[in-house]
Amino acid sequence: MKILVMVKQVPDTATQIKIGGDPKSIDTTGITWIVSPYDEFALEEALRIKEKRGQGEVVVVSLGPDRVKEALRSCLAMGADRAIHLLDPAWESADTLASAQALAAVIKQEAPGLVLSGRQAIDDDMGSVGAQVAELLGWPCASWIMEEAIDDAGKAVRVGRQVEGGLEVFELPLPAVVSAQKGLNEPRYPTLKGIMGAKKKEIKDVKAADLGLAPAAPALAVLKLEALPPRPPGRILPGEPAEAAHALVRALREDAKAI
Amino acid sequence: MAAAFWCIVEDDRQGTPKKVMAEVLGEASRLAAQMNTQAEAVWLTDKATAEGLKLLGELGAKRIWLVENTSLAPYRAEVWTPIVAELAARESPQAILAPVTTRLRELMARLAARLGAGLSADSTSLALEDGKLVATRPVYAGKLLSKVAWAKAPWLATLRPNVFRPADPQAGAAAQVERPTVTMPGEAMKLVERREEASTGLPELAEAEIVVSGGRGLKGPENFVILEELAKVIGAAVGASRAAVDAGWRPHRFQIGQTGRTISPKLYLGFGISGAIQHLAGMRTSKVICAINKDPEAPIFKIADYGIVGDLFEVAPLLTAEFKKLLEK
Repeated sequence: MKILVMVKQVPDTATQIKIGGDPKSIDTTGITWIVSPYDEFALEEALRIKEKRGQGEVVVVSLGPDRVKEALRSCLAMGADRAIHLLDPAWESADTLASAQALAAVIKQEAPGLVLSGRQAIDDDMGSVGAQVAELLGWPCASWIMEEAIDDAGKAVRVGRQVEGGLEVFELPLPAVVSAQKGLNEPRYPTLKGIMGAKKKEIKDVKAADLGLAPAAPALAVLKLEALPPRPPGRILPGEPAEAAHALVRALREDAKAI
Repeated sequence: MAAAFWCIVEDDRQGTPKKVMAEVLGEASRLAAQMNTQAEAVWLTDKATAEGLKLLGELGAKRIWLVENTSLAPYRAEVWTPIVAELAARESPQAILAPVTTRLRELMARLAARLGAGLSADSTSLALEDGKLVATRPVYAGKLLSKVAWAKAPWLATLRPNVFRPADPQAGAAAQVERPTVTMPGEAMKLVERREEASTGLPELAEAEIVVSGGRGLKGPENFVILEELAKVIGAAVGASRAAVDAGWRPHRFQIGQTGRTISPKLYLGFGISGAIQHLAGMRTSKVICAINKDPEAPIFKIADYGIVGDLFEVAPLLTAEFKKLLEK
């Protein structure tokens, strides 16, 4: 079975983020880039499916500028077989929907049995691409999955979807799109052998025209990025624990009116 | 009258709209009034109740588009999406709003793709500027805010719970209930089972007004009982930091932060939590933040409104006693 994993390259959580000159995007100088953590859960699951079945192919796909090759390379080092890089100036200001359209188009060409992604990318936190790709392909989808099991025939997948108050286990006919929630698995680290091997694996560049896509205006446009409004300075309540606890409860009632 | 502001209803699966709907309908009514139009509810359910319909009216819905059908439960995006899309194509709403819940987040994404519309997910503010909607949403672990706008209507947005001002229920205000005929889509996904979480007797983390949260400083899973006792007194949900979840002290569904839940309670009390960026990403829009930590240098004190530098094992029971005294008065 061919499994396709959609990944996104994002700034590391600990990286300092500054607004760029335009000010619709961030200043990318000095940023450490990583594969979005939820996408690593998705890739790990794909690798486990392939290992368990003893056959198949894991293809990773990402959309973004040249630097995205690095993220794809690290997915190949983890064990993916090959990568597709959606690389085109036309996608520079791609919004969520335009990204989903590009991904859906490449998935149509690749015709995998299962598509996986993270539940959301930790840069813009939209959390929409997986479900949108499913809609554009007319496939079923399940988001925030914590469990996954494909039947032996490769015809259906059973997934546990996290919902408020519980877990719903569904059976989806394949092909389908599922998005990984934390807790699905523990992603592996690339081995030295994996890292060396990744250099020889294929990363294919794909342009919008290759997918028959014409440039389109974004459905949702970023007007500008803004710094957070400053929080009023905090107060440390001094004194012995009993005194501090009493003062805190009083402040919460009388000043903050929070209780 | 201009086109309406639609609110997709999240319910408790028993026929009652969830508390967060007061916030979504409140915001929709405020925005709609500025455009001389109205807020309307769109309710897909297997079973609506008369009380539920009454509540939506009291919260400001002037009309309810009710689609009641057994195949709507359990929720499946592939079934719900075409129905809302069909209604939207017929009625051309100005905007479609929904609260951030696991299922409506997914539904709205699929709906946006089907309609070719923009979607602002997890919005924390909405405003009309020159007759057009502008949404604000936190990005990059909540380090920045992004202002976004739509190329065309309908404007689709999901709203972070506990951020928007809830509507004051107007006793006696009733909505006109429409039961439109729609094509019931075929279903591909089949429910195998639903595993309920053991009820903690405490509110749900995502929509709790008060959250008590514990981190590495709790030293072990057995000590969460200290926070649960406090939570019971003040009606809070109990959450945990990534460190506490990764150590196996609490199930992942209790995790607050970038790889967990994003919460925005009126009051957040963090115990033994240092305040790593990834945790702050999940709670920094809380209205009042309190931190109790032994380490005066803990980063959480930088965003806390109130802090106590001290041993949580001493301070937490004292707080429980103080709150008890206050609330029993």
